[in-house]
Parts: sequence; structure tokens; C-alpha cells
Amino acid sequence: MITVQGVTKRYGAFRALDDVSLTIPDGSLTALLGPSGSGKSTLLRTIAGLEAPDAGTVTIAGADATRLPPQERGIGFVFQHYAAFKHMSVRDNVAFGLSIRHRPKAEIRERVGELLRVVGLDGYQDRYPGQLSGGQRQRMALARALAVEPTVLLLDEPFGALDAKVRAELRAWLRRLHDEVHVTTVLVTHDQEEAMDVADRIAVLNGGRVEQDGRPRELYEDPASEFVMGFLGPVTRLGGRLVRPHDVALSGAPVDGAAETMVTRVVHLGFEVRAELVGRDGEPLEVQLTRSEADELELARGDIVWARWAPGGVSRAAALEAA
Amino acid sequence: MRTDRSWRIGLRVLALGYLAVLLLVPVGLVFWRTFEPGAGAVWNAVSTPAAIHAFWLTLEIAAIAVPLNTLLGIVTALALVRGRFRGKWLLEAVIDLPFAISPIVIGLALILVYGSGGWAGRWLGQHGFQVIFAVPGMVLATVFVCVPFVVREVAPVLREIGDEQEQAAATLGASRMQAFWRITLPAIRWGVAYGVVLTTARAIGEFGAVSVVSGKIAGQTETLTLLVEKRFQNFDLAGAYAASALLAVIALGTLLAMTLLKPRKESS
Repeated sequence: MITVQGVTKRYGAFRALDDVSLTIPDGSLTALLGPSGSGKSTLLRTIAGLEAPDAGTVTIAGADATRLPPQERGIGFVFQHYAAFKHMSVRDNVAFGLSIRHRPKAEIRERVGELLRVVGLDGYQDRYPGQLSGGQRQRMALARALAVEPTVLLLDEPFGALDAKVRAELRAWLRRLHDEVHVTTVLVTHDQEEAMDVADRIAVLNGGRVEQDGRPRELYEDPASEFVMGFLGPVTRLGGRLVRPHDVALSGAPVDGAAETMVTRVVHLGFEVRAELVGRDGEPLEVQLTRSEADELELARGDIVWARWAPGGVSRAAALEAA
Repeated sequence: MRTDRSWRIGLRVLALGYLAVLLLVPVGLVFWRTFEPGAGAVWNAVSTPAAIHAFWLTLEIAAIAVPLNTLLGIVTALALVRGRFRGKWLLEAVIDLPFAISPIVIGLALILVYGSGGWAGRWLGQHGFQVIFAVPGMVLATVFVCVPFVVREVAPVLREIGDEQEQAAATLGASRMQAFWRITLPAIRWGVAYGVVLTTARAIGEFGAVSVVSGKIAGQTETLTLLVEKRFQNFDLAGAYAASALLAVIALGTLLAMTLLKPRKESS
């Protein structure tokens, strides 16, 4: 378990972290989610010991780690830009932590071979980082971090520098790896889809504070603030209320409690149809429908339809009174 | 397109012509004049006891100044790039001082401090240690004028590689020293190599500062550059050319080493 208690970190007048407290359960895969400048990377680097907090404590596995150097925290760290040791072969990169610990050569060889199989780089032992693709480099960096059997694995935007396809692959692969290895993992990301996809817990950061933390679905369905709601998914405004575009029902005839709107644009995105509407008061509204719903309404530009909040099927649909 | 091309060719001719007139022709002429009287005469000129002594003294000074400046240069570059301390701008400026100040002034400054009238020189003299008009002073002068080379070659490389690899090494359990030897030093090795080559070339070729502090005692404090000057002043032109050619050969050897050391392509 990692416990962060009242941590503050300032850079000059800027508060990167402002009295942050957070508990990360053992064996979880927690995402620190937030926009750039929200303090998520600073928080991760503080847990790693790469930044020293101005106030507060960091506890890792029951021991106070606040003043410990990164070498003694039992962590594995993966950087966004890989931080590959460019002058070393893949084998030497992965073996680095073990060789620092003066483990026997035979043990190192065996462990490195095993890890390279796990990350799918078997046969790349003698390559240099410059000869690998971005995704391969990041997998090498993961193997390198896992080699020292860390109690905590910390990933700083690990897929941020990769293209969309490789990113999705590695994300699924990380999820499987975590199911096998069960090491407590903290992942920094600014991509809510990535966080929802891979993490079993999410802490949303904004302006150096934790806005909310919990299970992905809790955050999506029961956001504690407008910021969390907006960051985790699309939001639209209906009758002074913030709602999810897929929680808005449209009908062709007036219904109780529904607002009269006019369709300004219909976009067909395969299964999903996105409609842009405008209310009588001129307020824009965005709605997500299934294709069959849109076909049934014969939705077209210029149509007058009635919109109401109808969280269909979802037990606790997110809606916040707009500020 | 055509004018573009003629422009390019014109610029190349201009650049090459400039290099030829300023560098290649004079250096080539030195070699030509050296070997004009025949190889035997050249050998005689560079194998006199004074010439042999000058040759070894030059190498000796370089052998002390180069490792010293390499070590100092790496440490200073690390402090400049990685360090966070007050007065960094001052250190930054001081490093370039030897480039900015004429070598003669550097020599005179050393005499002021370490000469028999200087405060450090007087104290050292009382303890039987002579710096000025002796080899230690010449080493000191050479070290002084060579200070910027390694720093200025290594600092940009350090800046470019950043400290992420060092941080990664730390999270993997490496101490600062381990991270330096295993990660930082291999990463900056080409910068260090260039710096060493430039320092060596300058240490061997230094004239001004060394000339002032050496006293020019034949067979004792006379380096190759000083020997060239003396022979030239004494109208021993053949001897001067021969010693110059020897210097040029050493310098060309260093340049060749630099070219051969050129980094093989390690893509990022």
C-alpha cells in the first residue's frame, strides 16, 4: 500500500501539489488522471523519490519513505521517453538493476531471458535501443523496471509517445501483465479512455489537488465535481443541468418535462449517431444516439424534437446542477 | 534552378579557396621548405639534444595538462549543467576567460602570483619550490589556457542527454558514482574525446603564456614552439622549419585521431 499524506510541492510561487492525500491499495492498478500541469507527474515522482515534497509524508508498504532516496524505495519506474541506456544492449539494459546488486551471472542471465519472454522481446537481446521501435523500447524499459522485483511499479505517461495503435496494444498487454504479476502499479495519464480501460482505480487531479478517487465506474456515474464529470467523458447542458450526451432521450412529439429543440447537425459515426441541437433559448445541446434510435426518429437537420434527461438502464446516471 | 546551382558552386569555390589561401598553402609550404635541403638535414635539425629535449618536454607538459584538464573539465561541466547553486553565471563566464584573455596576459598574471615577488611564489620559494622559469609554471600556464576545451565539448552533450537516464539508474538502485561510471560517462564519451583532442592540440601548440613563464632556458624550459621561435630569431631558418614540421606532424596526428574517433551512428 502507498499512502500519501498532506503532500505539498512548490516550484517558486507555483504549487504543483497542494496538500495531497491519497491511498493506493496493494495490488491495484491506479491511474493518476488529469490535464497537464495538474500535478499528476509530480505526485508520481514524489512517490518515487525523484522529487522531495516541501511538506507531507509518503509511506510505501508501511515504511515511511519520505526521506528515502529512490534507490532504497523498492520501486520500478518507467519514463514517458523510455530513458533507455542507449550505449547498452537490450540484455544489459534489463540486467542493469541486477548487475548493480551483484547478483550471480547465471541468475541474471536466467532472469533477463525470462523477462524478455514476458515482454515479447525474446531474440532482441543483442540489439541496441536505437534499433528498436518506440513500443519495443517501452517494453524493454518495463522489463528493466520489473527485473529488480519492485514492490511498486510507477509508470509516467508510459504510452504517451507512441502512436494510437501501439498504445492500445500496450495498454491491453499491461493489463494482462498486471493480472499475472500483481505488483501495485501507479500509472500517470492525461487520457481518460486509457485510465478507464486499464486501471481499477482512478484518482483525478486538477490544479495540484485530488478532485476525487475511486473505481472508474463510480467516478463516471457519480462524479464529485463538474471537473471530474467533464474530464471523464463528454458533457452537455440540458435545462441548466450537466448531463452525459448519451443520457438524453429525443422524441418527435412533446413530452412532459422535455425541452423543445431544433436539430442543427447530424453526424453518422457507424453505430453511433451524434446530433447537435439548439434549444429555444439558443443553448446548444449535444446528444448521442444509437443508429436505430436515429432512424426511428428520421432525424434530419431542421427537425423540431423534444429532449429530456433519461438515464436509460444506468442505475445512477451522472447529472450535476450546473454552476 | 540554374542560378541556384551556380550560386552553390560559387560558394563552395569561395570557401575552399579561403581555406586554401589561409591554411593549406602556408602549412604545405612549411613542409616543402623543410624537406628542400633533403631528409638528412631535417633529421639533423630535429635530433640535436636541444630539439630532443624540447620534444620530450612538450609531451611531458601535455601528459600532465591533458588528464588534469579532462578531469577538471568533466567535473565543471557536470556542475554547470546539473548543479543548482548561486553564482553559476560567474563560473560560466570564468570558464571562457582563457579564450578571452591573451595568452601573454595569462603568463604575466602567473608571474605576478607565482614569481619570486608574488605572494604564492615567495611562500613556495621559501620551501624550495620554483614555479616561474621552471617546468611547473609551464604546466600551470598550459593548464590555464586549455581549461575551456573539455568543458565546452562536454556541457552541450550533458544538456542534450538530459538526466532521465541517470534518474532511471537511480530507481534501479545505482548510487551516484555507479550512475556516473555506467551511464553518464559512456553517454558523454565522444564529447570527452573531442575535448581531449582539442586540449592536446592546444597544449602542444601553446606559445604565448608558456613563453612568458618559461624563461626559455635551452635544454631545460624550452618546448618545441619556443625552439621554433629561437631558431627563427637566430636566422636558422632550416632548423625552424624542421621543428615546425615536427609540431605540424603531431598536430595533424591529433586531428587524424579526432576524425577517426568520430562517433559511429547511434540513432536516438
